[in-house]
Amino acid sequence: MAQPFTAAVTGFLGKSALAAEVRQLEANMVPITTLHYLVVAAALFVLGVIGVLTRRNVVIVLMSIELILNAVNLNLVAFSRMWGNLHGQLFAIFIVVDAAAEAAVGLGILIAFFKNKETINVDEIDLLKW
Amino acid sequence: MNPAMTTNSALNSGMAPVATPWFFYVLAGLAVASGLAVITRRNAVHSALALIVTLLSVAGLYLMLYAPFVAGVQIIVYAGGIMVLFLFVIMLVNIERATKDRQFNRIWPVGLAAACALLALFVSVIVKGKALLNDPMTGKALWPDPVNRLAESSNTQQVAALLYGEGGRMGQYTFAFEIASLLLLVAILGAVIMTKKKI
Repeated sequence: MAQPFTAAVTGFLGKSALAAEVRQLEANMVPITTLHYLVVAAALFVLGVIGVLTRRNVVIVLMSIELILNAVNLNLVAFSRMWGNLHGQLFAIFIVVDAAAEAAVGLGILIAFFKNKETINVDEIDLLKW
Repeated sequence: MNPAMTTNSALNSGMAPVATPWFFYVLAGLAVASGLAVITRRNAVHSALALIVTLLSVAGLYLMLYAPFVAGVQIIVYAGGIMVLFLFVIMLVNIERATKDRQFNRIWPVGLAAACALLALFVSVIVKGKALLNDPMTGKALWPDPVNRLAESSNTQQVAALLYGEGGRMGQYTFAFEIASLLLLVAILGAVIMTKKKI
């Protein structure tokens, strides 16, 4: 079975030297292993942590939490392929459920807070009672 | 049919993968770049749109990992549901003041340092893990890293068998599934009560 991307590119280029070059590049490419996905997920996780720890806007903090959850999901699905079964994918689905619940409650709290204090900055949420 | 058995066998044939490595690099670069945009944009709406791009690229990565059902859930629930919720809330709270404000809190160097420490931890774990995955000394890996090919066409069926059970038996995750529905119910109630005018 031909690889669609390479086939499309080489078909477009015909029998030119560039087509051979593309085919060669494709053949030399490292297959995508679990480790590749772990690197991407680590990058997304660190971006999410930076967002949670440095941003002031609560909405963006909540979005950063979604980034973190996505990084975890990507890890779980990658490990699911590595072990050759579906349990990691099931865990990923449960984490999506959890993210939905968390977003609903978090944004509800945010709206309730905004009605009382007229601000959505995390460092102004500093009174337990007002 | 045991999903764990069927997915593991007979699918590691010599067939070339449908998606080439090119797709991985494109999707991964897109995900990380728009993730960076999420945490740097001043306007929350722009952040939300960047997050949608991240979610869609991660859905593409799920497709490359032979998880079409999770990819569909990602698009429908995340990009379709949660992000609409986010955009509604951005609309309800005023963003005029927030865009003119300082965007980062006062202790941001501490937060950045903590995140860098976390990154160093991840890098060290990944470097160590790489050695465990492909041991160059013995040639034997502690964790073999097979690039498995899971059954894509019956993926949803196998997920359903694990979630709901089959042949009258309870699935392995049926109880957890019920608990998750209870969690969603509690979350709905919490969100409604939280946003009521008078409690």
